[in-house]
Amino acid sequence: MTSALFVAAAGRLMMTAAASSPTGEGGGPIPVAEPLEGMGWAGLILWLPAIATVLCGVCAALRLRTKLPGWITVAALGAAFGLTLVLYAGYESPMVIHLVDWFDLRAGEWQFSFVANIALYVDSLTLLWMLFVTGIGTLIALYATEYMEADVGKGYARFFAGISIFLFAMTALVMGDNLLMLYLGWEGVGFASYWLIGYYYERPSAVAAAKKAFIVNRIGDLGLALGIYLIWHNFGTVQYADLFNLLESGHYPTEAGGWSIRAIPYLLMLGAFGKSAQFPLFVWLPDAMEGPTPVSALIHAATMVTAGVYLVARMAPVFMLEPSSLVVVAWVGGLTALLAATIALAQFDIKRIFAYSTISQLGYMFMALGVQGAAGGAYHVFTHAFFKAVLFLTAGAIMHGFAGQVDLRKVSGLRQVPGFRITSYTMLYACACLAGVPLVTNGFWSKDTILAQAFITPGPGFRALGIIGVVTAFLTAYYAFRVWFRICAGPVQYEPGPELDEAHGGSRGGFHPHPPRLAINAVLVALSVGAVASIWPHFSGWVDHLIADSSAAAGTAAHAVAHEGFLSNPHAWMPWLASGVGLAGIGVAWFFHLANRKAADDLKSALVANPLTRWLPHALEHKWYFDEIYHALLRAPLWAGGHLMYLFDRYLIDAVLVDGTARLPRLLGKAFRPLQNGVLQSYAVSMAGGVGLVALLVLLSPHLRELLNGWLGGGG
Amino acid sequence: MTLALIEPLAQPVLGAYLLTSAVLLVIGVVGFLTRRNLIIMFLCTELMFQAAALAMVAFGRYHLDLSGQVFVIFILTIAAAEAALALALIVLLYRRKETLNAEAWTEMKG
Repeated sequence: MTSALFVAAAGRLMMTAAASSPTGEGGGPIPVAEPLEGMGWAGLILWLPAIATVLCGVCAALRLRTKLPGWITVAALGAAFGLTLVLYAGYESPMVIHLVDWFDLRAGEWQFSFVANIALYVDSLTLLWMLFVTGIGTLIALYATEYMEADVGKGYARFFAGISIFLFAMTALVMGDNLLMLYLGWEGVGFASYWLIGYYYERPSAVAAAKKAFIVNRIGDLGLALGIYLIWHNFGTVQYADLFNLLESGHYPTEAGGWSIRAIPYLLMLGAFGKSAQFPLFVWLPDAMEGPTPVSALIHAATMVTAGVYLVARMAPVFMLEPSSLVVVAWVGGLTALLAATIALAQFDIKRIFAYSTISQLGYMFMALGVQGAAGGAYHVFTHAFFKAVLFLTAGAIMHGFAGQVDLRKVSGLRQVPGFRITSYTMLYACACLAGVPLVTNGFWSKDTILAQAFITPGPGFRALGIIGVVTAFLTAYYAFRVWFRICAGPVQYEPGPELDEAHGGSRGGFHPHPPRLAINAVLVALSVGAVASIWPHFSGWVDHLIADSSAAAGTAAHAVAHEGFLSNPHAWMPWLASGVGLAGIGVAWFFHLANRKAADDLKSALVANPLTRWLPHALEHKWYFDEIYHALLRAPLWAGGHLMYLFDRYLIDAVLVDGTARLPRLLGKAFRPLQNGVLQSYAVSMAGGVGLVALLVLLSPHLRELLNGWLGGGG
Repeated sequence: MTLALIEPLAQPVLGAYLLTSAVLLVIGVVGFLTRRNLIIMFLCTELMFQAAALAMVAFGRYHLDLSGQVFVIFILTIAAAEAALALALIVLLYRRKETLNAEAWTEMKG
């Protein structure tokens, strides 16, 4: 059954291979999605992870001390992956699969309709994303069943419930047929990310990182929410099919828009930059490494952070309404790529290096979208998902084996440590992919496509952006192999990390690393094989074909240029240039970190000794002081403002207005209180005095007297 | 016109009764205000009561109207019941503080 499935999927791959890669006229028509009946089973892709979440919750409630939650999650995700393959194998044209009614508010005129159902929008962009989200999700969940085994009976069910709910939210985000479902998934993955970053909730740094991720994302989410509102405001729908039809036909009330239409791409962009950790909202991602490593690999490298790329690709027709927004996307992406790569040069924590490389690679993806190379961007998302997952998972294997050791200065010669051979060599291949080693790595081909596109598409400074990309590629190659040469090559020596316990030889001093077992090794190999296999789409034009068939096609510029000569066709010379800088970066890393490790220290001390360059190593190690700058510019003023507000509330609102109002009757009461002295006779005096006073008044006041006389006369 | 109010006092027999009543009332008020002994104070209130009753009987006779006298019968009945209550209260208060001084009871101040 399963093998037949794979055959069918592979068959489709071959078919698209036969189709030549699109020559591309730029901004092709958006394919029309048709509602389809009888496809309700596809909804299981969405529901299975949700069911797994509930089952994991049940396991937690029953306090099961087994790996059952892990296997439930792996089974659910594996089934979702299988269904995605079935969906892909039977995919003909874009379709909408209705599942459940949600919002259906229609009041005659289209301006007042708001329809958002739980429905799936399946086009090739959806399928591309779902294939790697569920596929890599399954593998990483399998890896985590072994990685998290120390927590069985403690946080194990909680961890896998988080993974499942993440997959549920990610599926809603990618497959939803409207922006509201996308937003639901968007917030859902943010919540799952918060849940899993803060998994080790006893650690203050993990709690702080979880809050930081949530709050920084929230800034971006504000943009996304406003963007969705403006889309509804201007086009009267949040459903992709209706929206794209409307944009295609051009029959929408532009007079209602003006700035409000032009603002949409910028607002959506803000959301994308928050979720995908781009400048200026990238600061949360490195801290997110506080979570367990499978989480870093799945959520903060392979899948969730590509949601921003998905949003821009999906909304390409909307971005094309304001082409200047794409220039901003390209430049932010390119500069973030460079910025994050420079920071990654000087970090020692391997997970942080990989986090910064994720930010950097996401920058490439946005650059690709910005220069209207959506296919290149999507391809890079696809390849990056594989090799970055491998990188994080090998880092996790090292942490698992060396009691949480993440410092690349403390571990060396790993490939000669027994049991770590697979880890070392899968890491080597993933580093090569990241560095862009020519021909045999997927990263080489996807990065080339992006960089070449930057030189082709006309736009403000896009050539400079291409050069920035090439420089970043050099830095990337250097820092990727810095990690590998330091950790895996060289003489064997290691020291344990901070999580020393009995399993590692414990406090008895006899530390011994314990090598990864079957699940971890199998997943590393499977993902590496996937990384190798993902070279194929470059030659078959598979991703190009998928993108051309989806709404992202609107963001695809002319692909080919006149083949006049070698130098005038960036697609011809870029592989050579990229190979050159990639190999040069690896060579530099080899010199400093394997051949002559003392040279690296010498270089640093030389830089520190020279007063002109002293700032450089410090700035790099402190991530260009971004956290400090944000602290000074945002957190400190907010803190001060918050405390001012507190003082205002405490001393003006509470003290003067609220308590003051209460004090007024109290003061009045104080004036009259002596009258109530509790002495019987004083009351009697005032009573008798009162009676006397009334008698006197009656006697002296003519008016009262007349009244009394009349009364007496009447009564008498 | 002022005299019209005090005209009853000028009546030969009625005037004497009313004067007696007024004197009784004033004695009661002054006694109530100046003495501290709860029983004496209670007796003073009885005096004021009787002053009012006396005035009513006198006016009833003066106007040849029996309702004044009937009313006084009621007053006496009520006063008897009230005297029993008041004395019981005084006994209880005495048991509490072993004193009859009214100034011992000043808790009910503001």
